[in-house]
Amino acid sequence: MTAIDAPRTRQSRRLTSTGIVYLVLLFTIILGTILTAAHGRSFFSTGNISAILTFTSVLGFIAIGQTLVILVGSLDLSVPFVVSLSSVVAGGVMAGQSGQVAPAVLAVIALSAGIGLVNGLVVSRLRVHGFVATLGMALIISGYLATNYQGSHGSAPRSFRLVGATQIGPIPVSTLIMLGCAFLAIVVLRRTRTGHHIYAVGGNNEVARLSGVHTAVPVCVAHVLCSVLCGLAGLLLLARLSVGSPTIGSQGGYDLMSIAAVVLGGTLLAGGKGNITGTLGGVAIFAVMDQVMSVIEVESFLQDVVRGLVIVLAVAVYARRDIERRPAPFERPTGLDAALQEAR
Amino acid sequence: MTSLSTLDPERSARPPLRAHQSGLMGRAAAAASTPGGAIFLLVGVLLVATIVANPNFGDPGVLIRFLGRTAPIAIAAIGQYFVIVAGEFDLSMAAVVSMQVVLAGNLIGDDPGRVIPVMCLMLVLGALIGVLNGLGTTVLLVPSFIVTLGMMLALNGIVDYVTGGAAAGNPVDEFREIGRGTIEDVPVVDVIPYPLIILTVIAVAAVWLMRRPFGRSLIAAGDNPAAARVAGGSLVWLKMRAFVLSSLSATVAGILLVGYAGVHPSVGQGYEFAAITAVVLGGVLLGGGRGWVLSAAAGAFALELLFTLLTALGIESTWRDTVQGVIIIVAVALAGRAWQAGRRPSRSARRAEASTDSSTGSSIQPPSPGTTTGDS
Repeated sequence: MTAIDAPRTRQSRRLTSTGIVYLVLLFTIILGTILTAAHGRSFFSTGNISAILTFTSVLGFIAIGQTLVILVGSLDLSVPFVVSLSSVVAGGVMAGQSGQVAPAVLAVIALSAGIGLVNGLVVSRLRVHGFVATLGMALIISGYLATNYQGSHGSAPRSFRLVGATQIGPIPVSTLIMLGCAFLAIVVLRRTRTGHHIYAVGGNNEVARLSGVHTAVPVCVAHVLCSVLCGLAGLLLLARLSVGSPTIGSQGGYDLMSIAAVVLGGTLLAGGKGNITGTLGGVAIFAVMDQVMSVIEVESFLQDVVRGLVIVLAVAVYARRDIERRPAPFERPTGLDAALQEAR
Repeated sequence: MTSLSTLDPERSARPPLRAHQSGLMGRAAAAASTPGGAIFLLVGVLLVATIVANPNFGDPGVLIRFLGRTAPIAIAAIGQYFVIVAGEFDLSMAAVVSMQVVLAGNLIGDDPGRVIPVMCLMLVLGALIGVLNGLGTTVLLVPSFIVTLGMMLALNGIVDYVTGGAAAGNPVDEFREIGRGTIEDVPVVDVIPYPLIILTVIAVAAVWLMRRPFGRSLIAAGDNPAAARVAGGSLVWLKMRAFVLSSLSATVAGILLVGYAGVHPSVGQGYEFAAITAVVLGGVLLGGGRGWVLSAAAGAFALELLFTLLTALGIESTWRDTVQGVIIIVAVALAGRAWQAGRRPSRSARRAEASTDSSTGSSIQPPSPGTTTGDS
């Protein structure tokens, strides 16, 4: 672990990757302000701000979960289908009655936690790559959804729809809930043993195991938390749409977008390095970009092109720094390395 | 190998690998016990099961048409293999397929004279996309997952912008013949579809490539990038070629798909995950360094056979995804175990050995001596 400690002395002088994320966010906001102003609109109007914050809430929930999973060295491609599944299941249980809200929420949390547990066990016990395990889970759920739900299903009572509609000032309640979850996730990562184990296992599974960490536990916890957060995102979408939709998740492309947001937030895709704060910055960059592009009426198809370019370029800016500062995963300093260092 | 044995004299004293001792049958049996070989058995089992469920399928004419229909996805899987075995991903494949399909639809039109120039343009564009993906991965050091995801978004955006999201243009029949044409009046099998011939050519070329220094270095780079770098190869040029091969194969798959599906921006949707699934089903390790190129193609056939079997059994088509999901998880879980078993000697043998070579400090994960590519 000395390799991680060594650069810390320089870190105080240098910008951390989270710092860069927020600089990029600031740059995006400034650029957005100029562009919207050039279009005769105000970027800081209440409507604009709340639209941006609303966008951040759903992707935020999912990206927080995805951060945990990526930190532990896995991936979760099943998120869009967990979102869809929880939206239809909750819609079905609620069926428009206020009394059914609590059972529906509990059912969704239990169901998504179960899915996450299966993902985690397959990844940690069966040693299946996270990409394949969750892709398989995605296909399984997608088949179930396609077979049993044609079109929208169930409905949300008015009391539940308020969660999606209420705002405190310009800030939607859903965003506050999302930030609360983010805070909890940060506490888990920084203050609990499991949180530290998540970093340890993501950094180097084998070293963590040899150090006495039960590697399956953090992997399962990360996957369970991720799926539960996706379940919450599904509930939020149900509150907004008032009906459960079996395609809402895949339409949003949340699997790849959440991974992009996490990586944009400075988390290493290989795991072991990154944080929730950076991810929130990444989500905010997407939100600002989307809102600005729709305000200045960029052709909706070109928005995708811009989004793709921004993801690659922004990651390129700090990917180089991260990789330079951190030894490659599973790379152990050997005698050969030392000899090469001497030769230089 | 000489460098290996000089580094670790203990290792050179080991008996040669089992695969090198037995004859042809022994080698075949050893190959079949690896995940890359087992996929061929799986294809055989699925084929028999499908024929039992639907005797009509056993007819050579029907079978050969099935092979022709599956060729595009097998070609895409071969392309994806080059990228995956080098330890990367190519998520832009589906977007490349739909871009090429739309390009063909818009540029060729009704003019047979334009078929050749436009196809050249498509191949050049495909290579260019591969170069960009490779540059992003190796020079900008962005994970290939993100680079190709960005490329996917960008290409899909351009395709939708050009077509407006609707079917556009229909290329001349001469061009569509490449995908759906056949050589008529062949004795036993009745017809030979062109896509099958193209697939055969590509498969032979891929096997040849993987036996060249290029293929060897690619596997080395996927297995241990640090070691490959220290060994002196240029990873930039190496991985770029892998990405170029991947987008070129997506281009070819696109050309073939025009024949079957016509021109629509949704053609090729889901191809990236289908190709990755096929490759993974073929026993190729995600993360690189293990697997055979032909197993990737066989994985594609296994997947399509599975769907045919489900249809023959009268299972609702909406359950296809679910079955596919279960199958890939199970296959990869088994394959992971098998590669591990093949990679290191059994526990007790290792323990005995550890007493002799623990001084080198490499007893945690001894690198496998010899090749695991199997097609040598």
